[in-house]
Amino acid sequence: MKISKDEVEKIAHLARLEIDEAEKEKMAGQLSNILQYIDKLEDADVDGVKPSSGAAFMNNVLRPDIPKESPGPDVTLANAPERDEDFYTVPRVVK
Amino acid sequence: MQYHELTISDAITQLSEKKISSVELTRAFLERIEVHDGTIGAFITVDKEMAMAQAEEADQQIAAGNMSALTGVPISLKDILCTKGMKTTCGSKILGDFVPEYDGTVVQKLKDAGAVIIGKTNLDEFAMGSSTENSSIKITANPWDFERVPGGSSGGSAASVAAQFCCGSLGTDTGGSIRQPASHCGVVGLKPTYGRVSRFGLVSYASSLDQAGPITKTVEDAAILMNVICGNDEKDSTSAKVDVPDFMTALSEFDKNSLKGMTAGIPKEYLSVEGIDPEVEKVFNEAKKVFEDLGVSIKEISLPHTEYVVAAYYIIAPCEASANLARFDGVKYGFRQSGTDDLIDMYKKTKSQGFGPEVQRRILIGTYSLSAGYYDAYYGRASQVRTLIMDDFSKAFEGCDFILSPVTPSPAFKIGENIDDPLTMYLTDIFTLSANMAAIPGISVPAGYSSNGLPIGIQMMANRFDEFSLLRAGYGLERTINLEKRFPEL
Repeated sequence: MKISKDEVEKIAHLARLEIDEAEKEKMAGQLSNILQYIDKLEDADVDGVKPSSGAAFMNNVLRPDIPKESPGPDVTLANAPERDEDFYTVPRVVK
Repeated sequence: MQYHELTISDAITQLSEKKISSVELTRAFLERIEVHDGTIGAFITVDKEMAMAQAEEADQQIAAGNMSALTGVPISLKDILCTKGMKTTCGSKILGDFVPEYDGTVVQKLKDAGAVIIGKTNLDEFAMGSSTENSSIKITANPWDFERVPGGSSGGSAASVAAQFCCGSLGTDTGGSIRQPASHCGVVGLKPTYGRVSRFGLVSYASSLDQAGPITKTVEDAAILMNVICGNDEKDSTSAKVDVPDFMTALSEFDKNSLKGMTAGIPKEYLSVEGIDPEVEKVFNEAKKVFEDLGVSIKEISLPHTEYVVAAYYIIAPCEASANLARFDGVKYGFRQSGTDDLIDMYKKTKSQGFGPEVQRRILIGTYSLSAGYYDAYYGRASQVRTLIMDDFSKAFEGCDFILSPVTPSPAFKIGENIDDPLTMYLTDIFTLSANMAAIPGISVPAGYSSNGLPIGIQMMANRFDEFSLLRAGYGLERTINLEKRFPEL
């Protein structure tokens, strides 16, 4: 699969990334190169093969629901880039 | 013997016999780091005060007769394992100042066993890479040749052990990130079975592939660390509820007959991989001969889906990464780009400034492969191929105890040599990716050198939860080859 500069822009938006105009072409080339290699998966015979879902081979891992002490807001928010008392703050969402 | 030359096993003996103190040992390592780490660059963070305080505490415990499994032994940790009160950067600008409020389970287990945490080691950003060049913090040099990479992503951990800055280290392995740098740096690296070791507090890259494990000077030391770090953890629902054997018994009473009756499989598909360095092939053949001499029967096996491993891995890992790394959005922790217009703009500027190029590349591949219209062709298909790869190994282990192979097609390459060619770099992972895809354990053991003196390791892989066989076989190889020069002069 070949990826165009426009597609790089579209995917970057989905991933909430912003690629420099100068870098877009290079990124498109590198991604195309990688995805063209990955196209070899088309040759694998996967008819009727169940997709793996992880590597743990377990179902329904349960444990007793025992309340524990909360670490509290000062621990939880200790690494917040910006906070207002016990809340995270972010730039405005609604204009 | 000088302090820095001590293995974990030596250190435990000398500490328990009170021939040395943890304070002396820790100070000796800190001084060695001070003198040489400017050249090597193995560490991102070294907290001398914290390490010395832990050493003093250890000495008190030893004096009181409370020696635990690792009391007073200095260990380094890959900087992707969360350490309470100590910076955990993941080699990324986005977590450049991140100080966790808790210890990861493996870190807690090491501390409970009395280990001294000597520092946090460099890595490819979020463990994405094979050379540690993708770290946004610094470059790490291979202690055997400063112009070469130490491998990756646990390059700092492997370099810290090879440079003898600590007795041992913990790395993490998502596609070879313990075994490949161990091979490049001439040390032992063991990736446990998926689920053997808790991932709680290991910052996630690809959750179905990530696993922490030991990087050590010897196979015995790997067994000692395995005895400490393994086991089910209620904080990681993918950690397995299986018994953990005493791994030291795999090595006890070893003699030249210990491996008799074992069978090693050599995948025919691995031998036809293009671009295997003749010197790697030579070391591989010598290792094969060692096992034959030890009475191991060698047989050719087939892993028919080998040709799809790299392609399937480089879909599955980036897909998981794109989901896992979405959390780094500048809201709850880590770097936030200031002066942005609105929330979306803040996300975009934070991520673009905070993540390096390889991380952005993998996020983009993952996002693309999971996006509407492409899911079936990429993630869906890669997951089916993963099942086929798992089946290949299940069948192979019906006829052999372990699989013998090179770790990498060539010894450590030069810094900067492959940095602009991601695909070429990915292709060098051919021998290590399968163990992660199949959830099986793998070990790299030093087995020889190239003509220009670079270490070359040999990989063994075993069935799920059979690290025991790996340690036995690895110990047999190590003891029999008995390499003369195990560590470089700095």
